[in-house]
Amino acid sequence: MYDAPNTELHVTQNDIKIAARKVQVYYGDTHAIKDVDVDIEDKTVTAFIGPSGCGKSTFLRCINRMNDTIDICRVEGDIQIDGEDIYDKRVDPVQLRAKVGMVFQKPNPFPKSIYDNIAYGPKIHGLAKNKADLDEIVEKALRRGAIWDEVKDRLHAPGTGLSGGQQQRLCIARAVATEPEVLLMDEPCSALDPIATAQVEELIDELKQNYSVVIVTHSMQQAARVSQKTAFFHLGHLVEYGETGKIFTNPEDTRTESYITGRIG
Amino acid sequence: MTDASMQGGAAAPSRKSSIHTIDARTKKRNAAEARFKAYGLAAILVGLFFLVVLAVSIVRNGLPAFTETTVDLEFVLTEEQYQEAEGTLFKTAAYTDFFIAGLREQLVEDGVEVAFDEDAIERILGKVGGNLREFYRANEDKLGEPVSFTMSASSRVDGYMNGRVTRDGLEDSRFLMATDLDLVDVLRDAGIITQSFNWNFITGADSGVDNPGGAGIGASVVGSFFMMIVVLVLSLPIGVAASIYLEEFAPQNRFTDLIEVNISNLAAVPSIVFGILGLAVFIQFMHLPQSAPLVGGLVLTLMTLPTIIISTRASLKSVPPSIRDAALGVGASKMQAVFHHVLPLAMPGILTGTIIGLAQALGETAPLLLIGMVGFVARGYPDGFVGGFTEANSAMPAQIYTWAARADVSFYEKAWGGIIILLLFLLTMNIIAIILRRRFERRW
Ligand SMILES: Nc1ncnc2c1ncn2[C@@H]1O[C@H](COP(=O)(O)OP(=O)(O)O)[C@@H](O)[C@H]1O
Ligand SMILES: [Mg+2]
Repeated sequence: MYDAPNTELHVTQNDIKIAARKVQVYYGDTHAIKDVDVDIEDKTVTAFIGPSGCGKSTFLRCINRMNDTIDICRVEGDIQIDGEDIYDKRVDPVQLRAKVGMVFQKPNPFPKSIYDNIAYGPKIHGLAKNKADLDEIVEKALRRGAIWDEVKDRLHAPGTGLSGGQQQRLCIARAVATEPEVLLMDEPCSALDPIATAQVEELIDELKQNYSVVIVTHSMQQAARVSQKTAFFHLGHLVEYGETGKIFTNPEDTRTESYITGRIG
Repeated sequence: MTDASMQGGAAAPSRKSSIHTIDARTKKRNAAEARFKAYGLAAILVGLFFLVVLAVSIVRNGLPAFTETTVDLEFVLTEEQYQEAEGTLFKTAAYTDFFIAGLREQLVEDGVEVAFDEDAIERILGKVGGNLREFYRANEDKLGEPVSFTMSASSRVDGYMNGRVTRDGLEDSRFLMATDLDLVDVLRDAGIITQSFNWNFITGADSGVDNPGGAGIGASVVGSFFMMIVVLVLSLPIGVAASIYLEEFAPQNRFTDLIEVNISNLAAVPSIVFGILGLAVFIQFMHLPQSAPLVGGLVLTLMTLPTIIISTRASLKSVPPSIRDAALGVGASKMQAVFHHVLPLAMPGILTGTIIGLAQALGETAPLLLIGMVGFVARGYPDGFVGGFTEANSAMPAQIYTWAARADVSFYEKAWGGIIILLLFLLTMNIIAIILRRRFERRW
């Protein structure tokens, strides 16, 4: 409790990147997300925590409309990125996803070469005019993914041949290669060992200089380490949202407190 | 009482057991496992045994179809003999007499003596006289010079050379007499009757019912080939497109469920049903040519589609969803995700399914019965590529069926030989399937 004010001092106020109002998500008859209002800041790491099944992934997937691929899923309410409604009829989800990158729980590189993994996104979005351009984009993305030094000599080796941690950083590099503005990460470290986790966390910390990063995690320590803002979900509700330091040291809601102290699992 | 039972219960876990003594329960379990393994092994052995029996009998029965027995004789017919023969009433009989005289001369030269008459020669060689006359009337310039004739022996003699016909139990008939076999032996020893590889069986077309020696499977191989082209060109794109739509794009609702169930049902529909459908739709309604590989191919396409759709959908399903997420996550459209990532991964399964479907179609006989490809005697090759699709032809299994149904036992031998050819094609297709699967498989 005594270090709470200390943490708050470091927080700077950024612009709002994502604004969600009264978001409801249904899977058929299941009401998975109930009335969620949240403002996610730019150049900030925001962590979503909560017991499993509370709807963290579901809400995250609303932000890049990955839920559209699930037939029975229905989203209501209003989500805006930079003031534009992403569920507007004029929005093409494919275009949106180039702007809102996503990293998944399990590393899922394409069964292609490391180079092709990174180059795929820029290629389909026409970001490179020629081969030299593409090479540059690939190198830049791999550097941002903090994996360039490990793979620069084997760019044409299969991406699936890397270790788990390397694969996840490759996936992060793939996500940043399309120059997104928001990066969504769904438990990106849950399949990784502690060393790989540390590397990815370090990377997330760097990424926040350019992106708005939203990370779902089931590890409260991780949330505390990497995020500036934390949202606590419970049974589809957003129970509490605020400065990470405050959530962990001085939560307002009793449910948050129970979860943090290990009484809700 | 309670005390006693409690004591018993408490004593059980504390009983000392050595891991060196195997307890009854474990023994029972191990025995069951050993029994199961034995059953499995026995099942495999029985299966192998039948496979070997099948292979041996196919090869034994079919190999004779690949050899032919011929009579090779150098023969001179002079101008005068020709005029004389053409002047008589029974012209072919005269030619036969000259041939017999020539044969006698040859035998005397070789120093063998055997008595035979004109009838024996006709039983062994068929209508020699007719063949000779036909030749000389077409090639009068060959009169007076030696010409080597190679004439097929009759199917009975061929059977004797192959061991199908034996002396024991041979009853004299107007087709073969026991004494003819003595003559055959002598001629064989003299090198006049020989056996050679029967290329005609592989390249030739079907013959009439009276000439089993001349029957070949070549024309029906061509028929099957054109049918397979039709099947491949139609069923692969249609099947794959349908599967991709159903698997990746179609909404899950009653209607798609119904389609799904019906595709599975179609795969189990007896092939003759497709045959009668083809007869009604393609021939009676659309007036496509009967017995044509085009129609056969269309019917077999109907039959192959469900197989291809089912295997394609299975291989699309087996591509991990995380790959689709990855592609959609970097902003690929659904179609890009499918064509760039899912389809290449599903390719080995799709190709295997397609080739298995084609192999099934290649061996299918029943539907061909109904569109007139069985019983049609293909006497020649189609002219040209288009003709290959539209001209009446037979197909390999249909040809085999036709032969097996004929009375002359030599055709039976041809049927087995045809089965060897058919199996060789199937084997080749399976090997291609394996090679393709290996090639496309990503081992990373
Ligand atoms: N594809 C789906 N179909 C049906 N229900 C789903 C699906 N995905 C998630 N759910 C349901 O939505 C709720 C929230 O799930 P999720 O967002 O995955 O939770 P979390 O990521 O917090 O563990 C759960 O009750 C889950 O059963
Ligand atoms: Mg989740």
